[in-house]
Amino acid sequence: MRHHLLLRVITKLLVGPIILFALYVQFHGDYSPGGGFQAGVIFAVAFILFGIVFGLTKVKQVFPPWIVHKLAALGVLIYAGTGIYSLMLGSTFLNYGAFTPAHPEHGQHWGILIVELGVGITVAAVMVAIYYAFAARPPVINDEEW
Amino acid sequence: MLVVTAIAILMMRHLFAVVMLSSVFSLLCALLFVTLDAVDVAFTEAAVGAGISTVLLLGTMALTARNEKMPRNFSPVPLLVVLVTGGVLIYGTLDMPDFGSATSPAQSHLATQYLTQSPHDIGIPNVVTAILASYRGYDTLGETVVVFTACVGVLILIGGLARRRRKDEGGAN
Repeated sequence: MRHHLLLRVITKLLVGPIILFALYVQFHGDYSPGGGFQAGVIFAVAFILFGIVFGLTKVKQVFPPWIVHKLAALGVLIYAGTGIYSLMLGSTFLNYGAFTPAHPEHGQHWGILIVELGVGITVAAVMVAIYYAFAARPPVINDEEW
Repeated sequence: MLVVTAIAILMMRHLFAVVMLSSVFSLLCALLFVTLDAVDVAFTEAAVGAGISTVLLLGTMALTARNEKMPRNFSPVPLLVVLVTGGVLIYGTLDMPDFGSATSPAQSHLATQYLTQSPHDIGIPNVVTAILASYRGYDTLGETVVVFTACVGVLILIGGLARRRRKDEGGAN
């Protein structure tokens, strides 16, 4: 899409705000609609948009596939690790109140924040990885065919 | 609107238009969820249904064909199955409580408990997040694992890891 000047400029303008909005949805999910799942998808959309307009090689330089694959596993590990941490503190699995025994509500806040972060990382990485897998297959159609 | 879009999707033969219309269908669903005050669900529907799946369908279409094949002949069995299933489903809804009824089971047992307890137990204003991440933390962990498994499945099936294997084979030869 080298000749689509408008698309390239608009994409450059949009990618930053999209990532910012994803982070807002991620970390403000306790107070407003949203959470890890939605934030992960929005985060991934920023990279997919970049990949569609600027090409797969460019976006793979920004976000290399090996990091994407590791991140997908890391998110699940963060989630499960939170549960195991609460087990080690002598409570039940995924009982965040155990983090701050004096004030269980604070523990719940921390737990939900960390767990949602795990979900967000996994979902974003998985979406980008699936996009890479689809887009890396050879038959690329040229612009005229649309 | 939803019905019109669905019928249009069925009638179309040009798959690019079908993909765009299914994106429109998702957006309409999201609007429906907003009017039902289910903002979190609407958010997910708009992001996943209208965003990601459209991109994935377009990606699939780029790899395969761009026009739907005409069906060879008319077969009555699928039509019969659809009609019977639809009839049974409609028959099942006759027993359900009225829409928005305050005495329906969904409103009276667990939901009230969550709504009254969560400000005290969890202390965050968004009850949906509280239920998802804390009360139902096991389920969400399972969902995350499912998403991860989907990724592993796609990578095994259609590549991403293929190049490395080919390099290994080249080294062995």
